[in-house]
Amino acid sequence: MKQVFQREPLLALMVVALVLAVGVKAPVFLSAGSLANLVTDSTLLAMLALAQMLVIVTRGVDLSVASNLALSGMVAAMLASHNPDAPLLAVVLMATLTGLVLGLINGWLIGYLGLPPIVITLGTMSVYRGLVFVLSGGTWVSAHQMPADFVAFPLTRFLGLPHLVWIAAAAFALFLFLSRFTRFGRDLFAIGNAPQCAGYIGIPTPRRLLWTYGLSGLVAGLCGYLWVARYAVAYTEVAYGFEFTVIAACVIGGVSIAGGVGSVTGALLGALFLTVIGNALPVLQVSPFWQSALTGLVILAAVLVNARSGRKGSRQILPLHKLEQAAH
Amino acid sequence: MNTTAMPTPQSDKPSSRYTILDREAVKLKSLLGRWESLLALLLIAVFAVNSIALPHFLDLYNLLDGTQNFSEKAMIALPMALLIICREIDISVAGTLALSSVAMGLAMQAGFPPATLPLVALACGTACGLLNGVLVTRFALPSIVVTIGTVSLFRGLASVVLGDKAFTGYPQLMADWGQGYFFGIVPREFVVLLAFAAVFAVLLHTTSWGRRIYAIGNNPDAARFSGIAVDRYRLALFMLTGAMAGLAAFFLTGRIGSTRPNIATGWELEVITMVILGGVSIAGGAGTIGGVLLAILTLGVATYGMSLANIPGIYMTIVVGVLLLVTIALPRLLRARSARA
Repeated sequence: MKQVFQREPLLALMVVALVLAVGVKAPVFLSAGSLANLVTDSTLLAMLALAQMLVIVTRGVDLSVASNLALSGMVAAMLASHNPDAPLLAVVLMATLTGLVLGLINGWLIGYLGLPPIVITLGTMSVYRGLVFVLSGGTWVSAHQMPADFVAFPLTRFLGLPHLVWIAAAAFALFLFLSRFTRFGRDLFAIGNAPQCAGYIGIPTPRRLLWTYGLSGLVAGLCGYLWVARYAVAYTEVAYGFEFTVIAACVIGGVSIAGGVGSVTGALLGALFLTVIGNALPVLQVSPFWQSALTGLVILAAVLVNARSGRKGSRQILPLHKLEQAAH
Repeated sequence: MNTTAMPTPQSDKPSSRYTILDREAVKLKSLLGRWESLLALLLIAVFAVNSIALPHFLDLYNLLDGTQNFSEKAMIALPMALLIICREIDISVAGTLALSSVAMGLAMQAGFPPATLPLVALACGTACGLLNGVLVTRFALPSIVVTIGTVSLFRGLASVVLGDKAFTGYPQLMADWGQGYFFGIVPREFVVLLAFAAVFAVLLHTTSWGRRIYAIGNNPDAARFSGIAVDRYRLALFMLTGAMAGLAAFFLTGRIGSTRPNIATGWELEVITMVILGGVSIAGGAGTIGGVLLAILTLGVATYGMSLANIPGIYMTIVVGVLLLVTIALPRLLRARSARA
């Protein structure tokens, strides 16, 4: 039974069921425009969740993504507003590069110095967030200061879909390939499952971690530009607290915080699930204040379900004692 | 044969238990023995720099007033230290605080007498902690995931109740405790904080309960096999953390005189930063209340100095972040070990 119902199809089914359930209550939710909005809204969260998933698979966590996003976004916004003639590609590359460098700093500290990820990213989270303020002097960069093409790009349509969706789809394909078919991706799972053994069989853990966090930073940087351009404003508190939403999407998607378990599809579905909840509430005319509480309940439900189905894996050294101890 | 090396007078002091690696026992001992002294030096340095650079820094009234900025956070940092030593973590403290503050607001509107409001906050906080603890112990879930979930839940419930309004008009009793002074000079919050710090230090460093918390943090399985009711300790610590968050809600609400939806946002990470900076190992099993208190005071003095110098508060987040990174990376860099672990 548990083997038949894999986690991802089940989660996909739940997302569809949720969408339909909301649609029954409020048919407008099922309109093409509303569904397209839903997909567009989920892209940023989905991309960040994909990158975060690889980090969590290595038994780590990257709390600095939201700050990184804000800083890269501010870099892009200031660059574009000071040089309106700069080509858009250069601005995007600059944001991505900023994110990459910030991520590599995390990766170096965690990989090569072997420091605990949660502490390091907690520290860099504060530093990066503070740097946004230093860089901008506390001011806002708002829509009228940004060049038109800078703001228009994320929602401009290409073959009927906004660029945002194409970028997210490309990221999804890339991460799918990376995690399934490359040595890099498989090594990350090995590191997460058994860090010591990964070292023994010759996996260069420090280098892998460096680039995992680098990748997470790179995605955050790209999302930084996309976020700032999409909402047409850059300020210090952009995406404040978003890191927890990203981690929540991963957790709902079945990524185990203990490392070694997780799938790209799961992370994507987790992000979709959270976005559906967020978009459904206004449609159902439920107070938007319920969103956070519901998100919390969903996270708790998801971990409970995951714990039930996932605990019988091969990783327990003392399975009986562990489970008995938990039950009494 | 090797009698000379055996029992040093250090061995029954709390500091001796931080020796985890056999190979580096002496070195680690001296290194971690220095952690608190390092912090103390840092505190003195920050204090000295501030008092030289800022003419109004060394004003007893101002200094004591400045403690109010961190007293509530520090009250939560104390149980958080125990929790992290025990290899758990509670991200939901700020959510618990917000919900407890809302509970007080509701209780006040329902006509509860002022003296019962702190009890309401404590009860609400303890209930939140109980939920965390039950999820972590009964269902064997990782505490970081559980509390990321419950922080959304608690803060969400608080904002559902509050909507876009705020509770104001709290009774004088709460203002007395939140803003009041003992002897007209020492803020009550600070006295309460110091009292609790003493209680926690005694609990952690002199009782068998405290030693068991270290044991659990060093190796939960071994602790369980040696007869420690590991889950009962975890549950108790989560409830204690919730209760202290409720207490902090009482003081914070009293100090600012209102409950708003954004009360204490981002505090969870500040509190955890205080604890880590205080030398508590995120991997569990190491740390002292003294270190945490020193970290709290250092951060407090630095924040106070920066606010006197008119530096925006956000610069402080950079300083805190860099301090955190440096304090954790420096020992590792000095030992110049390749990162295998």
